[in-house]
Amino acid sequence: MAVTQAPSPAPPAGPAAPRRRGRPARHKSDGAAGYIFLSPWLLGFAVITAIPMLMSLYLSFTNYDVLSDWSSTEWVGLDNYRQMFTEDPSFWHAVRVTITFALIATPLKLAAALGVALLLNRSFRGDGLFRGLFYLPSLLGGSVAVAIVWKSMFNGDGSFNAFLGWFGIEGKAWVNDPDYALGTLILLAVWQFGAPMVIFLAGLKQVPQELYEAASVDGAGPVRQFFAVTLPILSPVIFFNLVLETINGFQGFTSAFVLSGGTGGPVDSTLMYTLHLYNKGFTEYQMGYASAMAWVFLLSIGLVTVLIFRTGKFWVHYSDGDD
Amino acid sequence: MRRSVVLVVLTAIVLYPLVWMLGSSLKAPQEVLNNMSVWPQEFTPGNYTDGWSHFDVVFGRFFLNSAMVAALTVVANCVSCLLAAYAFARLRFRLRGFWFAIMIGTLLLPGHVLIVPQFVMFKTFGWVGGDWPYAPLIVPQLLATEAFFVFLMVQFMRGVPRELDDAAKIDGCTAYGVFRHVILPLSRPALVSTAIFSFIWTWNDFFRQLVYLSDLEKYTAPVALTLFIDSSGQSAVGPMFAMSVLSLAPVFLFFVAFQRMLVEGINTTGLKG
Repeated sequence: MAVTQAPSPAPPAGPAAPRRRGRPARHKSDGAAGYIFLSPWLLGFAVITAIPMLMSLYLSFTNYDVLSDWSSTEWVGLDNYRQMFTEDPSFWHAVRVTITFALIATPLKLAAALGVALLLNRSFRGDGLFRGLFYLPSLLGGSVAVAIVWKSMFNGDGSFNAFLGWFGIEGKAWVNDPDYALGTLILLAVWQFGAPMVIFLAGLKQVPQELYEAASVDGAGPVRQFFAVTLPILSPVIFFNLVLETINGFQGFTSAFVLSGGTGGPVDSTLMYTLHLYNKGFTEYQMGYASAMAWVFLLSIGLVTVLIFRTGKFWVHYSDGDD
Repeated sequence: MRRSVVLVVLTAIVLYPLVWMLGSSLKAPQEVLNNMSVWPQEFTPGNYTDGWSHFDVVFGRFFLNSAMVAALTVVANCVSCLLAAYAFARLRFRLRGFWFAIMIGTLLLPGHVLIVPQFVMFKTFGWVGGDWPYAPLIVPQLLATEAFFVFLMVQFMRGVPRELDDAAKIDGCTAYGVFRHVILPLSRPALVSTAIFSFIWTWNDFFRQLVYLSDLEKYTAPVALTLFIDSSGQSAVGPMFAMSVLSLAPVFLFFVAFQRMLVEGINTTGLKG
């Protein structure tokens, strides 16, 4: 590891020099100490992240199955990828399910988060309590226990149908119906709107009150104020939440696993990508194939993130700077 | 006024599944079906004892396993992430910016991408299916691989005035001394946040525990809960809810105790919660 003295990039700081974040010249390189403190992370990055990634890239070109000897592993070239794209209908199914899930759940979740954040924005007695209660599902919702509750609620004889019964609506076995099973997963994801809501609330605090005053002097009503003042100023926060929740959405696993008993059923309707990957790798032991799936997943998430960042240029406004 | 009505209705909707779960854990099996009510007609506390000993291994064992994994993860995360964060936030060394960018990159790396090669690697180490199958769950945390916490602590340390470091250095402290006498004591709030979130995430974690734990004795609570689904006879409904309630209890207690702190943590770092 190179631990020689780093050239100090900071010019000598005069008394008038801005101090924020700037490094005073007297602060010279800590050399070895830096790398000593960093060593657990460096080791972790190398051994737990980088090497496995390279390994998985290699495995994705083999038929490795974890069970048999290394020596029986052959190099199959792009065969896993070819098989994935042309011969495995479940793969495309999983892609469709995952995109549908992310495309519907993310906007709904963000809309719920923003809506409730607006409701909680002004301070009133007990606002902290409401904020906490709405946040609670974000802490519990990813657990197996809540997924079990969901499965029971949206079963044919579950409490959701009892609720529909009040209105004379004949329910169905939502989680066992290929047309609706994914919908129950989406509902579970939306239910966890608390975490983005808290971030929205923090963003709403940053909106200068003068802007609202100016807008109302100009005769703008609440709706107009929302679209002309709140949304633009909040757009960096919306962007942040959008990126985070989209990536989260692609990774949905636990609820799909529990609701479908690990199969992704009924009829593959809840076969999230990660669930298919898990089944290929850990129930069918096609580790090479699963590795190829992992790389396609990684590249897709990267691509989606880049796309969101690209579109961000058109709708995200940063107040410091001239847009 | 209208807003408070909306809020109360929303709260009722949001909390309903949790309250219903609690109620169902005390109901007789036939009462759970086709029933929205959260109040048990016939109190059946026996669900808890039935659930506790429903499998060949008592549920307490699963909770102990979960608690051990969570406790070790908390300690490992706190120590390793604190060290890395100190290096990133305070020390100057070559390629710091480069490594920091990589650390941020790993923040966005989905765990599902790494699970296959990590499994293969840990299996070649002989850690999978051994006497202590928790190594693949704990060792990565010892190596600061939970980038969220490194980032959280870096952000926190950036708020600690640099003058304190400089003063300590003038008093003759080395980088280690500054860490020991300035950063470590002042980082307590960041450490507490890390500890709480580590605990909750590990307690709730299912994917990695599902992959690495194959021996019933070694199961953690979430993995054990899925056994109820496999054996979902009618009679198991009450016990299933009872054990679900118990498995959420620690997270709920943490929530009650640290609600403000959890919300602040989300606020400042955008953690997923």
